[in-house]
Amino acid sequence: MINLSNEADAVYAAQFETMRDSGAAQRRTDAYRAFAARGLPNRRVESWHYTDLKAALTKPAPLATTHSVTHALARTHDAVRLVMVDGKLRPDLSDLDTLPAGVRMQCLQEALASAGPTVTATLWPDNADDAAIALNGALMQNGLVVTVAPGAEAPRPLELITLVSGNEPQAVFTRSALIVGAGAHIRIIETHGVLDAGTEAASLAGAQLNHVLTMRLDADAKVDLLTNVAGFGETSVSVVSLIAHLDARARLNAHQLIEGGGLLRRQIFAALDGEHAHAAFNGVTLARARQHADTTLVVDHRQPHGESHERFRTILDGQAVGVFQGKIIVRSAAQKTDGVMQSKAILLSDGATMNNKPELEIFADDVKCGHGATCGRLDRDQLFYLMARGLPRGEAESLLLAAFANEAMAGIEDEALRDFFEARIGAWLTGRAGA
Amino acid sequence: MLEIKNLHVSVGDREILKGLTLTVKDGEVAAIMGPNGTGKSTLSYVIAGREGYDVTQGEVLLNGENILDLDPHERAARGLFLAFQYPVEIPGVATMQFLKATLNAQRRSRGEPELQTPDLMKRVRDAAAKLGVSQEMLRRPLNSGFSGGEKKRMEVLQMALLEPSVGILDETDSGLDIDALRVVSEGVNTLRSPHRSFLVITHYQRLLDYIRPDTVHVMAQGRIQRSGGPELALELEKNGYRDYIAEEAA
Amino acid sequence: MAARQETVARVEAIDVDAYKYGFTTDIESEKAPKGLSEDIVRFISAKKNEPDWLTQWRLEAYRRWLTMREPDWARVHYPPIDYQDLYYYSAPKSTPGPKTIDDVDPELLRTYEKLGIPLREQEILAGVETRKVAVDAVFDSVSVATTFKEELAKAGVIFCPISEAVQTHPELVRQYLGSVVPVTDNYFATLNSAVYSDGSFVYVPKGVRCPMELSTYFRINEQKTGQFERTLIIADAGSYVSYLEGCTAPKRDENQLHAAVVELVALDDAEIKYSTVQNWYPGDSAGKGGIYNFVTKRGDCRGRNAHISWTQVETGSTITWKYPSCILRGDNSQGEFYSIAVSNGHQQVDSGTKMIHLGRNTKSRIVSKGISAGKSQNTYRGQVSAHRKAEGARNYTQCDSLLIGHDCGAHTVPYIESKNPSAQFEHEATTSKISEDQLFYAMQRGLSAEEATALIVNGFVRDVLQQLPMEFAVEAQKLISISLEGSVG
Repeated sequence: MINLSNEADAVYAAQFETMRDSGAAQRRTDAYRAFAARGLPNRRVESWHYTDLKAALTKPAPLATTHSVTHALARTHDAVRLVMVDGKLRPDLSDLDTLPAGVRMQCLQEALASAGPTVTATLWPDNADDAAIALNGALMQNGLVVTVAPGAEAPRPLELITLVSGNEPQAVFTRSALIVGAGAHIRIIETHGVLDAGTEAASLAGAQLNHVLTMRLDADAKVDLLTNVAGFGETSVSVVSLIAHLDARARLNAHQLIEGGGLLRRQIFAALDGEHAHAAFNGVTLARARQHADTTLVVDHRQPHGESHERFRTILDGQAVGVFQGKIIVRSAAQKTDGVMQSKAILLSDGATMNNKPELEIFADDVKCGHGATCGRLDRDQLFYLMARGLPRGEAESLLLAAFANEAMAGIEDEALRDFFEARIGAWLTGRAGA
Repeated sequence: MLEIKNLHVSVGDREILKGLTLTVKDGEVAAIMGPNGTGKSTLSYVIAGREGYDVTQGEVLLNGENILDLDPHERAARGLFLAFQYPVEIPGVATMQFLKATLNAQRRSRGEPELQTPDLMKRVRDAAAKLGVSQEMLRRPLNSGFSGGEKKRMEVLQMALLEPSVGILDETDSGLDIDALRVVSEGVNTLRSPHRSFLVITHYQRLLDYIRPDTVHVMAQGRIQRSGGPELALELEKNGYRDYIAEEAA
Repeated sequence: MAARQETVARVEAIDVDAYKYGFTTDIESEKAPKGLSEDIVRFISAKKNEPDWLTQWRLEAYRRWLTMREPDWARVHYPPIDYQDLYYYSAPKSTPGPKTIDDVDPELLRTYEKLGIPLREQEILAGVETRKVAVDAVFDSVSVATTFKEELAKAGVIFCPISEAVQTHPELVRQYLGSVVPVTDNYFATLNSAVYSDGSFVYVPKGVRCPMELSTYFRINEQKTGQFERTLIIADAGSYVSYLEGCTAPKRDENQLHAAVVELVALDDAEIKYSTVQNWYPGDSAGKGGIYNFVTKRGDCRGRNAHISWTQVETGSTITWKYPSCILRGDNSQGEFYSIAVSNGHQQVDSGTKMIHLGRNTKSRIVSKGISAGKSQNTYRGQVSAHRKAEGARNYTQCDSLLIGHDCGAHTVPYIESKNPSAQFEHEATTSKISEDQLFYAMQRGLSAEEATALIVNGFVRDVLQQLPMEFAVEAQKLISISLEGSVG
């Protein structure tokens, strides 16, 4: 049943017509049908209970057209950069010549034209049944398909940058894939934001980003993933998804820093599909004003001896709304699974709201799974102690909040990257204390 | 009486006991000593019937009956008691409740009348007093939050109440300070009788200063390598296990 | 303490037949015609000789119900229910209207005797019972007997069938009925509002500590009969009452619908303790038959320092859909939810609670112990929320699941929502199985695998059992063991 009952659905139907023949027509059509059957998710959809995407996207922006970037992008990491602006690869801003040995990169369009079974399976994973991802599948404009050869060890991290530009609202749909061969190891930095973040134009533009990164880790592969979403304006609506598939003994060590902007949903779907696979997801979410920041995570244990650890921290100020939904699924085959999830939130103001939904769905008996969730304000005794030692309130709060948030960043193995994330958290806190 | 005849035991592909033979007569206290990792705990678990061990050959006779096909609780009812090296915590189950349940389960399976609560309480209190186990400990969940010494005293208390014909003490001295060691050993010594045998498994000679064995057996390579009197323990204390380990390496 | 020590002996004494309340009572009933319509609603109302406002209230509920959809968010699956294929009213023919115990059909008395529920006061007084418990016995759609009414009346406590309260205390019923669970609340509660036939009514006046435990014993007997009882308990300022309910049903091949509503109102400084031991017929080992238990239970801490505590032991029913909740409206009010949910065979449980913090310094505590065995699915679903004005709200939730066997599932779905920075919410959940080490240890000391399992399970649920009155704790422990029979080895 195709539902075109509202304006948004009609806009997406029209956009789909323009994208239908941009590669993988059948897959796109299937994805569009899957989306159209449900429409944009609202609060009645259990997995979107706390984030009403339908209400936020009553007026979908037009699909992005490329804007020129006249100035260079500042470098923040010692990394090999691949930059997309408004859904288009920008060779002028990217380090295409210095890709590490064993690492190959294609544009999504190229990859779709010549896709082998591995690329196809990675781009169209089976473990993320979600309307926003289906819409992405129908409308994806471009993306990067990165392949890491078996056994390769990339010396420098790869930084995947996705930016939205412009003074007018526009919609960007991108889908990238990372295929890591057996035993290979790579560090990935994912940066999502707006061009010229912080300027008035950028903060008013109302970007609508729907990005999906799909990831496949073959046996014994290891990926360190660092994701930073920042700089989106107050009227923006972003859905940034990660879909990961781990084979036997693969290790995914993921950290994310989500700095609120408009409505923002980070969603992660991870399938542990080989024995002894290991996934760690850690994150910090910072939101203020009227920002709405949602992190939704589904870890699906499908094989024995898997391990997953999730640690999330949320700090909310102003009238911000924070959401953490985490679900650990343990299938009946996944005996000896070890899964621990923890979500802690601090509310700094009377207007803030936190919604926590840590779920366990367990079908195997020989497992050890647990979750914990807390929600409250800063510890009054600790605060008093620091103030009694002479720290002004703002500073004392920042110190405690930084310690609280950095707990979730402690597992970043690369010291420079950990420093970078901690510094960003510090800057957000300073900005808050100064405000 | 406990008779172990040519016992071969494997875990997975690895053979741990390789034809172990040992007899502990009524009233005898036999000590098994040996280097770490030689299968001493495996022996105690196999005698008590823990899952996960393949007995590929041999017999274990308790008072003349082969017990290898029996469930752990059936062996217990026939008079076998294992004092665990690491006693298990059972949250929410009060110690007193556990003692009553186990004691009466054994009595039932032997066709004896169950103990009524006042009688049971008296027995437990008497035994507890001797071992310095407080009333407060009896109210707590079994072994939960007990110190190492408290757990070992609780094991001996259970042995005293269950009155087994064969008691196996698996590294009962581990984790005990000298005072606790004395209390526990005295507890065991008062249980010695012509109708009860003990198999004392230990790494150190120290315990045997308190519980004087009648026979000492050196275990290595999954077998009894040498048997003798108490003097053998002293010799081991002096020379260590290197003769036996060297043999193993060879 | 003594109760818990008896466990193993009781496990030993368990009948071979797992569900021992599965007999039927052969008694003639008066039924309304099958199906549901405004006429049936009027018929029930007329049977109860209800005032017009109540008839209209029921009709309004019925009309509302027609516009509603059956909820589908719970993790339970069952074929569509044909609401026109049920009887909505069934009463034993021989017992019309209020009565003394001597008027009760002897067949009914024997039924309750077999169920272990004493209805003759003198028997209770003469027996070994050390504590008096007043009983309201509800058989299919009507209350057949209520004991100790006179003695309670001396203390000012009203304890009677709700149908009687409508006649004798209409002002209380009218004031409070539907004030906690509104007519429009949810599909099953709305249906109940339209067709409820009987249930218990309790009013404890200001400052009165109810002199004995009150209890209602529910029995479904008739075939194809829905049971829709309605319980209303009002604890006026400074009063205290402890209320227990028990439920059983015969073994029948078809599924039977039970959609009850319980409303509790606690005014300033009042306390209500509500305990349930639910043992409806769970269906057979192939998953055939059993009760659909779709129940709405809610307590309103309407006054300052009010305190409502729910304790439930859920072992029966083929499907359980039940979330006893607390509205913490009064400042400093407290809500508690202690739950043991055991599922075996093909049972499906989706149960939990809601703690809605509205007032200042409100506190709630949730302890949930789920045990799944066989091919069952057992879900804890709970909501804790603090609204803007819930300054200083506190919640602690502990939610543990135990799995026995390879074909069952244990699920935890908490919704934790805070709109107040001074609210402190803490939630912890674990899922595990009975450890091999614990089993071996207990067996080495002489317990069989089943005994050892029962003992360890008892330890697992101990925190909740302790909340039950002694007599119920023993009963509950026995039920848990019976429910888990055959799940080991």
